[in-house]
Amino acid sequence: MTAADIDQQPLNAGLLAGDERRQRAAMFGLSLPAMLLVALVLLVPFSWLAWLSLFDASGALSSENYARLLRPAYVNSFLSTLQVSAAVTAICILLGYPVAYLLSQLPQRVAQVLLVFIILPFWTSVLVRTYAWLVLLQREGVINTWLKQLGLISESLPLVNNLTGTIIGMVHVMLPFLILPLYASMRAIDPVYLRAAANCGASPAQSFRQVFLPLSARGLGAGAALTFVLCLGFYLTPALLGGGRVAMWSTQIADAVSKFANWGAASALSVALLVVTGIILWAMKLAVRRLGSSLGEG
Amino acid sequence: MFLKRLAIANLLGAATALLVASNAMAAGETLTISGFGGNLQKDLRATLWQPAADAAGVTLSEETQDGLASVRVQVQSGSPTWDIVHLGADECAVGGKEGLFEPLDYNVIKTAGFDKKAYGDHWIATNTYSVVLAWRTDVYKDKHPTSWKDFWDVKAFPGRRALSTYPQEMMEIALLGAGVSKDKLYPLDTKLSLEKLKEIKPDISVWWSSGAQSAQLLKDKEVDMMAIWGSRVASVIKDGAPVEFTYDNGILGYGCLAILKGSAHAAAAQKFIAGVVSPEVQARIPEMMPYYGPTNSLAFKVGKFSPEVLAKSNMSPENVAKQTFIDANWWRDNNELVREDYSLLISN
Repeated sequence: MTAADIDQQPLNAGLLAGDERRQRAAMFGLSLPAMLLVALVLLVPFSWLAWLSLFDASGALSSENYARLLRPAYVNSFLSTLQVSAAVTAICILLGYPVAYLLSQLPQRVAQVLLVFIILPFWTSVLVRTYAWLVLLQREGVINTWLKQLGLISESLPLVNNLTGTIIGMVHVMLPFLILPLYASMRAIDPVYLRAAANCGASPAQSFRQVFLPLSARGLGAGAALTFVLCLGFYLTPALLGGGRVAMWSTQIADAVSKFANWGAASALSVALLVVTGIILWAMKLAVRRLGSSLGEG
Repeated sequence: MFLKRLAIANLLGAATALLVASNAMAAGETLTISGFGGNLQKDLRATLWQPAADAAGVTLSEETQDGLASVRVQVQSGSPTWDIVHLGADECAVGGKEGLFEPLDYNVIKTAGFDKKAYGDHWIATNTYSVVLAWRTDVYKDKHPTSWKDFWDVKAFPGRRALSTYPQEMMEIALLGAGVSKDKLYPLDTKLSLEKLKEIKPDISVWWSSGAQSAQLLKDKEVDMMAIWGSRVASVIKDGAPVEFTYDNGILGYGCLAILKGSAHAAAAQKFIAGVVSPEVQARIPEMMPYYGPTNSLAFKVGKFSPEVLAKSNMSPENVAKQTFIDANWWRDNNELVREDYSLLISN
């Protein structure tokens, strides 16, 4: 290292640092409107909600709203929300993965046509689709009538107004949320890797398991996380197809506001839902990363 | 001289016009009333609200409320845009306790002909509704259920059943099903009631959460018997579904009016409410809103009704004897705990 080098270093570093600062300021300026919007429509109402949750009905500062969450009715609805969401996500993975895989292996043009069929229901109102399921699944509904006419059953099956109906309806609504990110990530997998695996003597099943599956794990994780989180706050479908016995967290929030006029309770419930959702997202991100790397190594 | 006279005449004319205008303004005060919306609100306006508004010389403007929460928001704002709200009686009782309403002036509003449970310091019931037992006649052909005891008797009357997700009235029904006599219902024995509900739970295929849903369940034969609002089952029968119901063992609930605290038109609102509960206006209910009923029993003295109308009205002396009135004050004080136990019971 010469003396000139040593002399130049602070000068250069100063210039570079100045550049970086300017760039950062420009980036910050560009993203400012978006950030303000987020603050306005997300942070402000949420802070207000969190603030409300600290007061009881009479307006005094209290932990009553959070203590309430530990009562059996709320714990029960919290657990059943997690169970329903997990079940729906699992079924969506089982149904959605093969579909996304098939689409990703087809020529782009054919795949695009088929994608329309996945996106089409996505554009239809959830309310309409949910009512359609009611018509199909109820006791004197289309499915039970057909099954009876075919002589397969003598008594109608309880397909709706219970957990079964809720899960059927929710899976239908949620499938595109899983398939679309999964399909995108599968499209991005270079077929060269699979050919290389075949060249190395791997059977199709082996190359799928050892190459394709690990590479698609990220997309699957993203889709699954999205599905699961959306399920956690799902209101409409469980309310209409659950027959009153599928107690979702969102139902409790709606009841607290509309039936019982208890803003404090509703806001505590919402804050809890948000916190749990955040924790689950974070945990899933870690899990997916670990899964991706361990599958990749194995 | 002539000109001067003209000027005076003009002045007088202007003054008269001003006087008339200010009178018209007093009479033309606009009351904003907020109710449940839908057909119920349309019927209530035609039957009760409009004639009372005409008599009080006020104009009505309508809004829709979304439960006591929305009333609370209105009052907290300091200058509510609603003057009067139409709610369920338990909500009126809760709102009164919370100080959301102006006290009613019972010098203006006359309570002759009213049951004591049908009004409070801050609210008065203006119509009744019934929760009744209804069943499919194509399922129960020879022998149909006639009471909540039969509803609980799944051996004698097998079939799918439905109750509401809202504990009110259902807790009462469970006690009647357990054989508690209807004059000994209150204070509700919640433990016994919840036990009975647990017992019937496996046979409840739907817990309904809205009036429209309850009607659909019966119409589509999703269930064979259920607890349902009289007005709703009436529309199902009118649509030609093989369904019947009985007022026997029915639970009578109230719809009520209250004046929002801070209303700028409180005096006019008192006059309006006095009109709504007057026997003459109340006597319009049996014919114009069958399956609902007047809260003022003098309505049946003032009005002359055909036997058909009387058979349909839930408040005709004959039908009222078969039913039980809900105690809004009990629900005001016990709602929160009961509702948690109830929701835990149905979803667990």
